[in-house]
Amino acid sequence: MSQTETTTTSPTSASNAWYPASQRDIYVVKQLVSKDFKLKYRRSVLGVAWSVLNPLLMMLVQAAVFSQIMRNNDPNIPNFPIYLLLGNTAWSLMSDATRQGMESIIFAQSLLKKVRVNRWVFPVQKVLFAVVNYAFSLVAVALVMAVFGWYPSWWALLLPLGVFYLALFCIGLALLLSALAVFFRDVIHLWGVFLTAWMYLTPLFYSVTILPGWMQSVMRFNPMYLYVTFIRRVLLWRMNPGLLVHAGCIGFALASLALGYYVFHKTEDRFILYI
Amino acid sequence: MAIANANLANQPGSIIVDDVSMVFNIASEQYNSLKEYFIALSRHKLRFKPFYALKDISFSIKPGESVGLVGTNGSGKSTMLKIIAGVLSPSEGTVTVNGNIAPLIELGAGFDHELTARENIYLNGALLGYRKEFIDENYQRIVEFAELQDFMEMPLKNYSSGMVARIAFAIATITEPDLLIVDEALSVGDQFFREKCERRISELVESKNVTVLFVSHSVEQVKRVCERCIWIEKGNLRMDGPAAEVADAYAHMER
Repeated sequence: MSQTETTTTSPTSASNAWYPASQRDIYVVKQLVSKDFKLKYRRSVLGVAWSVLNPLLMMLVQAAVFSQIMRNNDPNIPNFPIYLLLGNTAWSLMSDATRQGMESIIFAQSLLKKVRVNRWVFPVQKVLFAVVNYAFSLVAVALVMAVFGWYPSWWALLLPLGVFYLALFCIGLALLLSALAVFFRDVIHLWGVFLTAWMYLTPLFYSVTILPGWMQSVMRFNPMYLYVTFIRRVLLWRMNPGLLVHAGCIGFALASLALGYYVFHKTEDRFILYI
Repeated sequence: MAIANANLANQPGSIIVDDVSMVFNIASEQYNSLKEYFIALSRHKLRFKPFYALKDISFSIKPGESVGLVGTNGSGKSTMLKIIAGVLSPSEGTVTVNGNIAPLIELGAGFDHELTARENIYLNGALLGYRKEFIDENYQRIVEFAELQDFMEMPLKNYSSGMVARIAFAIATITEPDLLIVDEALSVGDQFFREKCERRISELVESKNVTVLFVSHSVEQVKRVCERCIWIEKGNLRMDGPAAEVADAYAHMER
């Protein structure tokens, strides 16, 4: 048979069959993201078009409801639908990433019990998957901008940087939440409530100027407001996000990463006993 | 001994198990929610009784050795394998494992049942650490070894457990890992595939490039495949020596 002959030839003892340990995780993450992607759209007629349609439909509803109430409050918002869309898409990037990242370790239990694989791969992969989806929702952004003739300036080139900051922030949260959720499943429900409250506290579909003065100052410490502002400034206001916003975005990303890494690293050896 | 171990630690395929103990805290209940936890905490009911699944186990395995692991149910064999595979970390002691591991602990772990067999081969390959190009090149050989040419585009949920086992075994042994861990994996397949697997394992054993760690309840199989045998009983290392000797001692204990 063929396999007796092939055992003596090169592939069997091929030391080049394996990635060195450092590159392994990257390929595993890639495979997992592509798995999620395939499964998300398998047997759906419109498939990946949903990633574009979803934010678009959401924006239509919100624009219809809120434009009359909200727009007049802040003449500085030059285009309300784009304002909404940029806020909502960035928000769903964070909420998808953290919700799915949070449960990633629990869902990967059958794997973690039998195969040695670095555990951080799972929460990080979920964040990357959310980033991929965000990239598709940018098609919706582009469509809406084209409809309104709102052409981007050179500042739009900073968008990837903003998304990068946001992704780092999400990775930190996902690491933290996934570790906590292993020990206390309540965290999953709590986070859902927390996300809803946080969403209303973030100027996504209203302008920050309608808030009382003290809340506006507190808003500087709402990380999501900073990330959304970054993205809106480069795409909608076509301006430099500003040093303060940069610093805030980086600061929250690093703080979240540090906390997430610390908790995850401290507890990951005990995951297997609880999943 | 320490110097010998230091030398051994650098060779791919070597395993050094140094004074390993594994303690599980058996809680009287499992606390899955904060409320339960705090109630138990406030009532001082958060007691655990320690259970030693493994106690002060030490042994080392040289590259290319084939070692059987025997012991009655619940004696700690699987815990030992999981520690060596890096899935569990020991409570005390250290385990040093060198090289690429192909774990066959419960076949089909690392498969997603919604994906097709083809997609699963790539996913599982990634988890084993294979390069993408390597899987590309050897895809056909994996399929041939599993003898499932006609089912590659079928989602894995429609596979029988034996078919899943075939694919898992084919992926893990398509090349020579430094260390192959087999945990009663062969019991699922049909007789012909079991024989084929055993032949493949023997091939890997004879190549002398692969360290094989083999758990089986069949004393005969251990004697056939392995040259050395380690007997773990109730968490303690009972005997370590030539396969025939240890396996026979184990078989006689049982009666």
